[in-house]
Amino acid sequence: MAQRTVTVAAEVGLHARPAALFVQAAAKASGDVTVAKSGGDPVNAKSILAVLGLDVRHGEEIVLTAADDTVLDALADLARSAE
Amino acid sequence: MTSPDLHGTPVSPGIGYGPVLTLAAAVPVPPEGERHTGDADAELARATAALAATADTLDARGEQAGGPARDVLAAQALMARDPSLADDVAARIRKGSAAPRAVYDAFGAFRDLLASAGEYLAGRVADLDDVRDRTIADLLGVPMPGVPEGADPFVLAARDLAPADTALLDPARVLAFVTEQGGPTSHTAIIARAMGVPAVVACPGAADLATGTLVLVDGATGLVRPDPDPAEAERARAAGLALRAAAAETTGPGRTSDGREVPLLANVGGPKDVPKAVENGAQGVGLYRTEFLFLDRATAPSDDEQVEAYARVLNAFPGGKVVVRVLDAGADKPLAFLPAPDTEPNPALGVRGARMLERHPDVLDGQLRALARAASGASAKLAVMAPMITDADETRRFVAACRAAGLDGEAGVMVEVPAAALRAADLAAEADFFSIGTNDLTQYACAADREVGALNRLQDPWRPAVLDLVALTASGAGGKSVGVCGEAAADPVLACVLVGLGVTSLSMGAASLPLVRVALARHTYDQCVRAAAAARAATTPETARTAARAELPATAELGL
Repeated sequence: MAQRTVTVAAEVGLHARPAALFVQAAAKASGDVTVAKSGGDPVNAKSILAVLGLDVRHGEEIVLTAADDTVLDALADLARSAE
Repeated sequence: MTSPDLHGTPVSPGIGYGPVLTLAAAVPVPPEGERHTGDADAELARATAALAATADTLDARGEQAGGPARDVLAAQALMARDPSLADDVAARIRKGSAAPRAVYDAFGAFRDLLASAGEYLAGRVADLDDVRDRTIADLLGVPMPGVPEGADPFVLAARDLAPADTALLDPARVLAFVTEQGGPTSHTAIIARAMGVPAVVACPGAADLATGTLVLVDGATGLVRPDPDPAEAERARAAGLALRAAAAETTGPGRTSDGREVPLLANVGGPKDVPKAVENGAQGVGLYRTEFLFLDRATAPSDDEQVEAYARVLNAFPGGKVVVRVLDAGADKPLAFLPAPDTEPNPALGVRGARMLERHPDVLDGQLRALARAASGASAKLAVMAPMITDADETRRFVAACRAAGLDGEAGVMVEVPAAALRAADLAAEADFFSIGTNDLTQYACAADREVGALNRLQDPWRPAVLDLVALTASGAGGKSVGVCGEAAADPVLACVLVGLGVTSLSMGAASLPLVRVALARHTYDQCVRAAAAARAATTPETARTAARAELPATAELGL
């Protein structure tokens, strides 16, 4: 499993549209994909409810875990996108 | 019998008038402990199909609606397709739960998770509840929650509205939204603004309005009036439409139709009020009340805390002007660490405002130094003013305190005490500007305590005596700027009169800016001067208003 730490750039944090785009991207991956706040328990990145429940705010770090780097690249790009 | 008026939070301006449509009854809660007949696979297939159908419907509605509603509905569709939710539903059905109850309980677990997080997520709880209800309605074969098709134009009333309820509404069919729950960031508010439909939220009693009741909804004031006088309602509605059109096409800095500049500024009580001020085109801040930093605490706020709060407002208006009023304590705003010297028989006439600060120079100096620090890093022009100034001596001492604290911007005083208005020239020799607080000026001119409701009749800034004091202040200012930051500036007709009296800028609650901008833009400076003269020639507030309107022709056309 590969792991990546990124900072969430969107003003609204990992909520609303950024959260939806993130979950949709995770859902395309074949294996397990998780997301956690730094030091927190990982949750299923394909679950919008779990991701919203993390309540990740603008500027917070998240830790992504997936089977391969391609998935991580896509998710990291979304997290870093300021949209 | 006429029902009493309802009051809520106005979140989308405009006037709506028409029959109430109350949203269909809620989807029933499946009975607790309800079990399926034994075929778990079939039961699970039913639940999965209902979730999928709900997701598809939400997606389809989103595509059809477009705009901001599409994102909201797409997020709801994702909830219906959530794998963690599906796992939870499946586990409950395998343990014997009937599909509707399994869906209800699984949603409940996630609902608790979202509801326990911050304010932003509280809005998603309504979205999640809507997904749950749609799924359960599908399973039970009961009508979907939401607005029935094909009804006449209506005022939509509900406890709360889900995005799916509002997304497909034709703005031409919806006269207004009124909800019992919700706040400025709720979907009702967001979608109402996007649709350009008036809305009042957090309005107790809204859900109890009977379908068919005629109501008048004012999205600028939050008033919801059942069974209004039909002529009143028709006038309000027609005027609301005309005003809305006029406000939308009038933008930019405040000025009369012949081009005389009248800066339009916002009254703010802290950084939280800034976005609305910017959204409504404020050119700066004319009154930054700093009491919020000091209320409900035993000691004065720290220097850093103050600097941060001031800088946040200053930075929102790069190149603009921000007028900060130093702490206005006493009378109706007592502070724990600034007690009045004795029990005052009449606090409004007691130690308050600048009088209080002169007894606590350390508090004033601390605030002025924090303001100087905040201003040094900002491009906005900081001006500072003192409340409750009576004479030139107090003015001189305040301006000297500002300079001593390193404030190099304008230092001015509020004119609220009739003595200050009558001798404005004395004060103008010491201060850089005046800001007239019409609320207190009216209370002191008419000797009518603002806190005493029985004296409402006397607390009217249209009183010719108050207009005289404004005129005296303006003429005594000797060319220095004279703002008005009381409620008077928010009245579009009175705003024109104030300009005619010699007032050079107007500051008000952000929501009032568009209409004041329109009223000024529709009249020449000469018309404002004539309206001011006509109002001063009257003997009562009512006749003053009527006389002023007669000189301001666009007010009739716009229903102001």
